[in-house]
Amino acid sequence: MQFDSLSEFFAMGGYAFYVWLSFGSCALILIALVVSSVQEKRKLLQQVSAQTAREQRIEKAKQAKQQESQS
Amino acid sequence: MIAQNHSYWHVWASVYKKDVRLAFRQRSDIINPLLFFLIVITLFPLGIGPEPNLLARMAPGIIWVAALLATMLGLDKLFRDDYLDGTLEQLMLSPFPLSLSVSAKVAAHWTVTGLPMVILAPLFALLMNLQSQALSAMMLTLLIGTPLLSLIGAIGAGLTVGLQKGGVLLSLLVLPLYIPVLIFATSAIDTASMSLAYGGQLAILGAFLAVAIVLAPIAVSSALKVSIN
Amino acid sequence: MWKWLHPYAKAERAYQLCNTLLPYFAVVAVLGILVGWVWGLAFAPADYQQKDSYRIIFIHVPSAIWSMGAYSSMAIAALVALVWQIRNAQLAVIAIAPVGAAMTVIALLTGAAWGKPMWGAWWVWDARLTSELILLFLYLGVMSLYHAFEDKRAGGKAASILALVGVVNLPIIHFSVEWWNTLHQGATITKFDTSAIDPSMFWPLMINILGFAGFLGAVTLIRLKTEILKSEQHRPWVKALAGGK
Repeated sequence: MQFDSLSEFFAMGGYAFYVWLSFGSCALILIALVVSSVQEKRKLLQQVSAQTAREQRIEKAKQAKQQESQS
Repeated sequence: MIAQNHSYWHVWASVYKKDVRLAFRQRSDIINPLLFFLIVITLFPLGIGPEPNLLARMAPGIIWVAALLATMLGLDKLFRDDYLDGTLEQLMLSPFPLSLSVSAKVAAHWTVTGLPMVILAPLFALLMNLQSQALSAMMLTLLIGTPLLSLIGAIGAGLTVGLQKGGVLLSLLVLPLYIPVLIFATSAIDTASMSLAYGGQLAILGAFLAVAIVLAPIAVSSALKVSIN
Repeated sequence: MWKWLHPYAKAERAYQLCNTLLPYFAVVAVLGILVGWVWGLAFAPADYQQKDSYRIIFIHVPSAIWSMGAYSSMAIAALVALVWQIRNAQLAVIAIAPVGAAMTVIALLTGAAWGKPMWGAWWVWDARLTSELILLFLYLGVMSLYHAFEDKRAGGKAASILALVGVVNLPIIHFSVEWWNTLHQGATITKFDTSAIDPSMFWPLMINILGFAGFLGAVTLIRLKTEILKSEQHRPWVKALAGGK
């Protein structure tokens, strides 16, 4: 460990603002990128499953109508 | 089918003539970029002050940035009309390579936007108080540089031809690619105003031009093929 | 080799390949960045000249390296997409671009935050900084060109062409900016000599570079999966995948 105490670690030898600014913004960008990428995929899959469910409902309604007219 | 005896040169010349003639029928296409060029150059002294030495120092950069922006104005229309009325499709179906007619169209674009700028450049140089020894350097860099701008710009125009709002996007795509031209052209003028030899910068610009003449039409024609199918 | 490679041109196989590769990249990314940051921030010794501010190097250098690495991989994917007309390669171009742009933004931000205490200014028209900024413009161009197209297939092709044009121009731009810089202000900034770097700083830097590479790979794979699903969303296998959730 290079630093004697935790407060010294956060002070970064007087360069705290610059060091934590760059590490903070870097972490923010990396996390935002991961979150948005994962979310985009999840949204797409939800969309597809909603679409399939809708198609199935339409198909079922059509079949029911056909049976009605036959009987 | 086009008759067998049509040579490549024939095709090139007829496309070139058609585009130049069309531009001369709509004179505003030629005059507007020039007026824009003039107005941008007028704005700079108003913004940074009329001091002659300062203006002379900044003249190469200002004139060249104005030239870049003025070239961008006409680029949007380079392929647009031919795309909309189907001429581009016909050119693509013809037995001649598309890059041939593309290079003719780019040459026509340069004739109606780049060349007038080169001819009027001495006037702008007077406005900006450019030294007389730098004048020939400015003419030469514009003469070599503006065809380069048309060639690089045509790539962007080809990529955005099918888009509704291609104009702003076009400048976003093309302007970063103009940076080397800007750097070497302004540096040549700077060197010339110090009465030094500027042949090196001109040679590099010439090399860029040679490469662009060979490669850009290929890139443009493959870009156009994306938009038309 | 082609026989072995060819099945991966099919979307479903490519998707499966992404799935198998993703955990490895993710582990490298998480471990590399975690270990690299803790080591770099807390355990690496302070530089005798720059004191603790040099610690920014542990994110600045990796992001700068991979901003360029991402561009070259994007250009390779674009070449494959255009020459062999492989749709998945096009999707890879689209998947890499935002990740590369993020790396470029990180490199610029950390560069500015490092420049302020060292050079006394947030931004200096240093050749490498300027080239990095132009690289960001090129990334943004590729991304916005793709999104401007209604027909995503045409958009992918157009973006691939632009990526290739950019990769031809990038060395020219870099060289001219460097030349411009030396002409205008001379070498005022002493270069950071990487070969002379002490092992106690070299190892955390290497681990960070590795971690960032893992991150680049992992996020690109996630985005590539999304793009594959998007382009195949009417196929049965995608529907089965979505329904199974």
